Amino acid sequence: MRLRIRFAKLGKVRFTSHRDVARIWERALRKAALPVAYSEGFSPRPKLSFGLALSTGFESHAEYLDIQLKEQDGGEAAPWDGTTADDMARRLDEALPVGIDVLAVAPTDRGGDSLQQAVVSCTWAIDIDDLDTEQAAEQVARLLAAEQIVVERERKGRIVCEDIRHQVLALDVSEATETGVRLLADLGTQPRALRPEELLAAMDPPLEARSVCRMHQWMLQEDARVEPLTVDAVPAPLAEVRA
Amino acid sequence: MSSLWPELERVLGEVQKPARYIGCEDGMIVPTHRPDKAAWLLIYPDTYEVGLPNQGLQILYEIINERPDAVAERAYAPWTDMADVLRSNGLPLFSLDSHRPASDFDILAFNLSSELVYTNLLECLDLAGVPLHADERTSDDALVIIGGHCAYNPEPLADFVDAAVLGDGEEVVSEITEVVRDWKASGRGSRHEVLRELSRLDGVYVPSMYDAEYDGDTLVAVTPRMDGVPAVVEKRTIADLADWPYPKNQLVPLTEVVHDRLNVEVFRGCTRGCRFCQAGMITRPVRERPAEQVRTMVADGLRRTGYDEVALTSLSTADFSGIEEVVAAAVSDDACGQVSVSLPSLRVDAFTVGIAAEIQRARRTGLTFAPEAGTWRMRQVINKLINEEDLYGAVESAFSQGWRRVKLYFLTGLPTETDEDTLAILELARRCIEVGRKYHSSPTVTVSLGGFVPKPFTPFQWFGQNTEVELRRKIGLLRNEIRNGGRTYKGVKLKWHDARASVVEGLFSRGDRRLGPVIEDVWRNGGVFQEWSEHFDIALWEDAMVRQGLSLDSYVYRHRTEHEVLPWDHLSAGLHRDFLWQDWRDALDELGLEDCRWIPCYDCGACTGYGIEHVVASATPPAGGSQGTGQGTDHRNGADTAVPVTLTARPRVTVGTGS
Repeated sequence: MRLRIRFAKLGKVRFTSHRDVARIWERALRKAALPVAYSEGFSPRPKLSFGLALSTGFESHAEYLDIQLKEQDGGEAAPWDGTTADDMARRLDEALPVGIDVLAVAPTDRGGDSLQQAVVSCTWAIDIDDLDTEQAAEQVARLLAAEQIVVERERKGRIVCEDIRHQVLALDVSEATETGVRLLADLGTQPRALRPEELLAAMDPPLEARSVCRMHQWMLQEDARVEPLTVDAVPAPLAEVRA
Repeated sequence: MSSLWPELERVLGEVQKPARYIGCEDGMIVPTHRPDKAAWLLIYPDTYEVGLPNQGLQILYEIINERPDAVAERAYAPWTDMADVLRSNGLPLFSLDSHRPASDFDILAFNLSSELVYTNLLECLDLAGVPLHADERTSDDALVIIGGHCAYNPEPLADFVDAAVLGDGEEVVSEITEVVRDWKASGRGSRHEVLRELSRLDGVYVPSMYDAEYDGDTLVAVTPRMDGVPAVVEKRTIADLADWPYPKNQLVPLTEVVHDRLNVEVFRGCTRGCRFCQAGMITRPVRERPAEQVRTMVADGLRRTGYDEVALTSLSTADFSGIEEVVAAAVSDDACGQVSVSLPSLRVDAFTVGIAAEIQRARRTGLTFAPEAGTWRMRQVINKLINEEDLYGAVESAFSQGWRRVKLYFLTGLPTETDEDTLAILELARRCIEVGRKYHSSPTVTVSLGGFVPKPFTPFQWFGQNTEVELRRKIGLLRNEIRNGGRTYKGVKLKWHDARASVVEGLFSRGDRRLGPVIEDVWRNGGVFQEWSEHFDIALWEDAMVRQGLSLDSYVYRHRTEHEVLPWDHLSAGLHRDFLWQDWRDALDELGLEDCRWIPCYDCGACTGYGIEHVVASATPPAGGSQGTGQGTDHRNGADTAVPVTLTARPRVTVGTGS
């Protein structure tokens, strides 16, 4: 069977890389004694599948991980020897460093698309310094008014020009912060994700983020936008979790 | 002072690998600082990836933090991009545990394991805002202390350090803590007084309390400048490793580091008596950890950390009396799942089919053996008494258990080495390939060649190091032989250590106080991270030597004479000078010396001088190989004879049995 986990990456640990996070999870799963399935061969690896990579330095309330559990002899795996999903979440949370926090755990379909294939967009909270809400609103309006936004992107070692306008699904000024303003952006991920820093570079004039936090990942289910796993309440971005 | 994190957080996006600077490891301690506590900043002057796994630093970190009157945090040398960012933002060196500035600490304690990091020590002091020179510091400045193997000849660093600690740190850190705590409580009076107090502690050497006298270019004596300062500083040795089950909570980093695994020290010290090996000489006697304690530390450590690999560390792990039980217990502990055991320092005369089978269970990592020299004659000179059959037996064990690649470590530039000795390295490698062909179609043997650097407190401390030109010639000899050998050496790969780096290591290994300005000159000209090939620059060192009017010939390439005063003669690792001299003469006579762990004492001084003894669980040598005697072997018939480790079934991974 397969487990899907939603977790946050906040505070100091946001400076770890995607690979670091994978290693942290491998150790946490062993500490929590979860019966993870391993690949065959000389160098067996746990069967884990991470969703879209998060850039080093970004925070997130919506990271995902799918875990293949071992089949027990005689059929379906017993789910974590009688413990509840909440217990499981707590056990994993204890095994993880401060800032990588388990938000939800649930069994998921064996089949189905991988997370990377299924997710169509992400919502980002982007904090910009030294910009007030009025200036920000003007910039946002200018960007949204454009029919085309052509940027240079590197693809397979070559520079290509691409229109990213259609990947900006939504862009709003969320609120004023102590040092500037917070934008909320819904950016497409298919066939290739538009990154928040690419969006900011395409603004006029270009902006630089003080901090970036992924709030949601979205997939489509019968034309409705749903999250791979929902949580009751997503706390404010850039929460006080910063250890 | 409060945390620098808000400032650091804003600049970490500008540097490579920012996870180097965040701390947050499992096992990290965030201590509460108070004016009545002595505050240590333990610094490893290399990158985080290299420094984090250091066990010595982690042991002291825990011991200090267990004291009610002390705190310890950690720092590592910021990479060059981070050092630039710190300077341009006016930020100092900081601790990783609570991101405090270095100026919040009373003691900056450096762990030195290589001469090439000496300029990084200066870089860290500069970033910490501490005056470089010990004699420019005031009562407000931190005390700068060094430890680790390089501290056995601290003379080249005498200008920069306040104290050097010789030997095991477990006990002496507490004694230093008490002195510094009291100094702090009394309002941090005279710096001279606190240094005076430190110099009264066994194992603590305060260079400023000693004068070095020269006659022309020749060092005549290093003597105390005042009464009450010991004429000879003796090293510290803990009697029983069982009393020190540290680290109890090994740090588990969030980002990749070298040796990223659980490490459990199974014994300290080694009496195999390899004459080139400083570690073996200065860490005597052998002190084994009880097998039961090792088992507990392995099992608890694996459960706590989530690691799937454990290394049993020592200078020669196959010599551990309990090796069989300990390895078997580690791989058969159900709760820990698929665990691989690595034995980083293996003598070929004790590596058998059984060990090979056992350690490759979960994941097959690299396998390295260290024959050190190509001929039996040469190995008698260096007292590495393993014969060729031992090597082929070990290699056969590896190839037969599925390894296709084996690495062999050799030294070149050894005393009395001839070209015949050097070339014999390739003959050994070629015959190892032959063994491998029995099992695989294209086995490879990587020959890794290091240039020999004579070290203090070894029988070879009198030997003039081979010149850079000579080392390069010897490396070239092997390269040519391979190039001209056609198919003869198919499968043999050659790697070598930069001969220029060996020169710098040799310079400081046996250097004296006159080299201080050379280190400072190189650092001022940007020479940091010299242990990294992309930053190493021999020209910086050669130019600095010229500017100081000093010669490499005299420091590096010259043979020392029997009665010559050596820069570390006022320090002691317990070894009698006449024992070392006799061993040097025996080396030149090609006489081997057996391991004293299992036979009567040679009175080298390491035990008798300090009233301590070997702590060895077994009165007989472990089975397998010729065991350092060079005698015939009987272990090549397979797993049924002389296999220190029995094969056990792969443990099943079960659900929810954790603790």
